[in-house]
Amino acid sequence: MRNLSRAGVHAVLIAYSLLAVAPILIVVMNSFKARNAIFGAPLSPPNAQTFSLIGYSKVLLRAQIGTWFENSLIVTLGAMALTLLFGAMAAWALTEYRFRWTNALALYMAIGIMAPIRLGSIAILTMMRAAHLNDTLMALILVYIAQGLPMAIFILSEFIQQIPQDLRDAARCDGVPETRIFFEVIAPLLRPAIATVAVFTIVPIWNDLWFPLILTSSDSTHTITLGVQQFLGQYITDWNSVLAALSLAILPVVFIYVIFSRQLISGLTAGAVK
Amino acid sequence: MATLNIAGLDKAYGDARILKSIDLDIADGEFVVLVGPSGCGKSTLLRLIAGLDGATRGDIRIGPKRVNDLEPAARKIAMVFQSYALYPHMNVRKNMTFGLKFSGMAKQEIDRRVTDAARMLQLDSLLDRRPRDLSGGQRQRVAIGRAIVREPDVFLFDEPLSNLDAALRVSTRVEIAKLHRLLGATMIYVTHDQTEAMTLADRIVVMNQGEIAQVGRPLDLYYTPANLFVAGFIGSPAMNIFDVTVKSPTRLGGPGLGDLELAGAKLTPGAALKLGVRPEHLRWGAEGALRLTATLELIERLGEISYAYARTSDGQSIIAELRGRETPAIGASASFGADAQDLHLFDAAGRRLNPAA
Repeated sequence: MRNLSRAGVHAVLIAYSLLAVAPILIVVMNSFKARNAIFGAPLSPPNAQTFSLIGYSKVLLRAQIGTWFENSLIVTLGAMALTLLFGAMAAWALTEYRFRWTNALALYMAIGIMAPIRLGSIAILTMMRAAHLNDTLMALILVYIAQGLPMAIFILSEFIQQIPQDLRDAARCDGVPETRIFFEVIAPLLRPAIATVAVFTIVPIWNDLWFPLILTSSDSTHTITLGVQQFLGQYITDWNSVLAALSLAILPVVFIYVIFSRQLISGLTAGAVK
Repeated sequence: MATLNIAGLDKAYGDARILKSIDLDIADGEFVVLVGPSGCGKSTLLRLIAGLDGATRGDIRIGPKRVNDLEPAARKIAMVFQSYALYPHMNVRKNMTFGLKFSGMAKQEIDRRVTDAARMLQLDSLLDRRPRDLSGGQRQRVAIGRAIVREPDVFLFDEPLSNLDAALRVSTRVEIAKLHRLLGATMIYVTHDQTEAMTLADRIVVMNQGEIAQVGRPLDLYYTPANLFVAGFIGSPAMNIFDVTVKSPTRLGGPGLGDLELAGAKLTPGAALKLGVRPEHLRWGAEGALRLTATLELIERLGEISYAYARTSDGQSIIAELRGRETPAIGASASFGADAQDLHLFDAAGRRLNPAA
């Protein structure tokens, strides 16, 4: 009975993994094939006849691809770093200091988790234009900080509450200034939580198409996801290049995940078991 | 080194009054233990002295200075926590020096203090270890070391031994007593363990429901408790308490007790009083002012002494201490007696009553 239910659970998990991995696998597989083979047998892996690097050579020879990658990295890492910094500071303030607006502010942040930021696209666009930030990477960074903050505050607050009160009291008795208590006592203990939040923040930013589309217009400010769209034409689409560029775009996210995964798992379970 | 004066101190959370008008004066170099049941406000009082919580009303003075509005660090106090509260990501040396870095102290001075404290607490070989690589006793010594290097005017201990096992608790207790002798600093120590209170304190402050029940030297509390609460709280097993009524100025009587004569007493006839006698003073087979017979229900043998749990004819449980190997048989009736000088009388409000006054 027990074995049966365990087999059932695994069957579901395996089916779900296949469902999640299959499209990525097909993209990566087809990026190594010639154009005819992509259409002729989209589900078969590349073999000696169909193998081709034409997509990669086209993509890498285009001048802008480097810029797009760079833009994506600047935007993602910049937004991540600032989300973590501001998120941890806000979480600390909301859990540690009691003031009149604590609860209202916490609720306001919670609403940010529920309401999708895209609802505010038009307002954001007007604001950025008014601030002369349209078509800059700074505009994207600001939007992504706003997008990531609510969840970051929510997760980090949970973790900060688990840090024993005695530790903060001991630091205060020791004469450690409040800012140093935060940066030198609390922040180091938040490492697993910060890794968790980092991954949750990075992935949606890296993959986002919407905000680069509405906030950037020139080639020099495109991110990789938006840049790839240039290979998709109204009449003709360069599938080799699209698939190659997409495959390349997956790499940094995978790389970041590998770096953080150990911390991420310990962070997730630490939060779950308490 | 400093005195500590507390006057009219109140602490309330909303409508709940945790501390009610506390007055307490502590001399320079004195070791004062705050003791009481959970929720009596002893830890709150310590946190107010430390400056970790604010007082609702009243004054706290350390030396001549009112410290109510000062940050903890500016009060020249150091606190040792029950959970040790060591910084988990710093080694022992950094744990001890972390706070000093922010005081602008010269590096040589910091090093000297750490070296001295480490020698005093036998931490020399552990300075580069992280807290997770230390045993419970070692962690507690580091926590004490972190307090010592601050060279505070007042040491505050919040149940520092509660997380240690029994053997370590005894040896660390002795260490703390020696440390007090060596440093001569004012120390305030919170515990719920009356053995710690009795052995460490110059004076004990017994607290109950946010108020001070009694302040006094350990043996004064033991032999002349000011009220029923202190009588029941100090001493283990607890004092036997009987309901009695005054029959004449020198005569008391109560259910299961018969009459007892207190020579020279001036009691008010008709008053309902409580009579207390400690198990050690209730002797098996002895004569005395108080005599009672009870049926034995259980005997606990501890070696040098045994405790007899018995029930009087009207159903009241009593505990008596027995010396020697001879004990009465379970289920048998035994008689016990106590001398007049070992009896404690309390009035209807629970206050100690001097029978001669």
